[in-house]
Amino acid sequence: MGTPSLPAHSCAHAASSLPARAGVGFKSAHFADIEASAPDVGFFEIHAENYMGAGGAPHAQLLRLRSDFPLSIHGVGLSIGGAEPLDREHLARVKTLVDRCKPAAFSEHLAWSTQGGRFLNDLLALPYNASTLTHVVAHVNEIQEALARPILIENPAAYLRFQSSDYSEIEFLREVVRRTDCRLLLDVTNVYVSANNLAFSAENYIDAFPMSFVEEIHLAGYAEDADEVGDPLLIDAHCAPVQEGVWRLYVHALSRCGPVATLIEWDNDVPPWEVLFAQATRAESFLAGRRSAVEDNSISAAIQ
Amino acid sequence: MSAPADFDQGAFVRALLDPELPPPNGLETPRGFSPEKRFAVYRNNVCVGLVDALSERFPVCRQLVGEEFFQAMAHCYMREFLPRTPMLFEYGEGFATFVSQFEPARELPYLSDVARLEYALGQAYHAEDAAPLTIGSVRALPPDRLENATATLHPSTHVIASKYPIVSIWRQHMSDEEMTPLDLNRGEEALVVRPELEIRVSTLPAGGVVFVDALKERQTFGEAVDAASGATAAFDLTVCLRELLLAEAFVAISVAH
Repeated sequence: MGTPSLPAHSCAHAASSLPARAGVGFKSAHFADIEASAPDVGFFEIHAENYMGAGGAPHAQLLRLRSDFPLSIHGVGLSIGGAEPLDREHLARVKTLVDRCKPAAFSEHLAWSTQGGRFLNDLLALPYNASTLTHVVAHVNEIQEALARPILIENPAAYLRFQSSDYSEIEFLREVVRRTDCRLLLDVTNVYVSANNLAFSAENYIDAFPMSFVEEIHLAGYAEDADEVGDPLLIDAHCAPVQEGVWRLYVHALSRCGPVATLIEWDNDVPPWEVLFAQATRAESFLAGRRSAVEDNSISAAIQ
Repeated sequence: MSAPADFDQGAFVRALLDPELPPPNGLETPRGFSPEKRFAVYRNNVCVGLVDALSERFPVCRQLVGEEFFQAMAHCYMREFLPRTPMLFEYGEGFATFVSQFEPARELPYLSDVARLEYALGQAYHAEDAAPLTIGSVRALPPDRLENATATLHPSTHVIASKYPIVSIWRQHMSDEEMTPLDLNRGEEALVVRPELEIRVSTLPAGGVVFVDALKERQTFGEAVDAASGATAAFDLTVCLRELLLAEAFVAISVAH
């Protein structure tokens, strides 16, 4: 008998204790539906910055939600990719929220959003070189120290490149992981969008991605604009159902990494709860398929 | 090879905010496309994101001026005042003041006060929780001691005095009811409180805002009545207290010993 291969989903995660199931980005408009239907959702994810007020409905809903479901907190405002020092006041707010909620995961972006004390409310791109790497590593280390836990860093959606980049995005992310021991959030839609916009193969990107560090996947619907010659220019807009091409890329990613917590993000033109839940159900069916494939493999490995 | 120079984010932001400027140097696009169109995605994301945030925060102002006008006005505000923190629910603090000085909106003199009311609603939504006093426990207070008592108002309490009927305007636009003509020369004093999770909007009698502001400054009820009566001879304490009690605006009343 050969040594059974370890099923991928039983690997201990360093940064996340989210179940390898489909989750949903929480919108307060859906709170009543969620309460009434007690849906079988693997987890909910919130944007940290919406829960930094002193009290009121956001906190009441969050308290309720986290008593029934695993919770993931996703920051959009730490500006990790910026050259400026982190906003310590903001980091303290994030810490207060994380300490209070004890989420199963905390994630942020490989991007910047603040400059000169001004918050631009977008995830802006950075060049990938030794100088930016130094800043990103210092920022991730500082956040992990403050939160006393490893965090997940998400790959961005790209519309352009910088001449001053010396690393590929994947090389850069590998270096960040190596130097900070953080983990990764693979946004499959961002890969799809970037690959289209920068003319590279999304499959090759997924094949080269360091999957052993991926502890969460994001899926969202993009918006489509047109380039100068009429070719599609895709925009990461979180405004639509996940497109078929993204689902296919997701299945390809799952074949490499095994079942992993997968979030449906839909932040603009938010649909009725049933529509969002149906997207999570679809992701769940791919996860279930991958899970049984892993089990079949380990059974056949065990009996060989 | 020398170390790469720090990425000039300031130049990136200047170009983001000023569509007259070319995209920053050093950008690359596939197949030699010009970076204009690609950089415009970021410009658009920043602009649309912040204008949408204002749109959500000031829905009645938007209705009052129409979508196109509001977008243009919000865009002007955004160009001048970017958020200072990543907490977007705080964004728009100076919007009412901006609107009051926005030349194209001069024909709607009440717009700025409606914006103040809408901003207060957002503040109340996120305000600290506190258990309000019940009407019964307020009734149990000895009336002769009230004059020297001080009050703790609910942290969500906001008051706005206007020369215009801002509460009536707001209410008409928030409901599906048919609009009835309003007397625009009749001022209203708005009271916003969120005692539990629901926000309550009501009107105080003339002088009510002065009264509440005095209580917030920890003046006694007696001093607050003097201040309100000084501002408006017609100040009606009974009506004012009734409205504050109905709105559950009191968290504590301390009777002096």
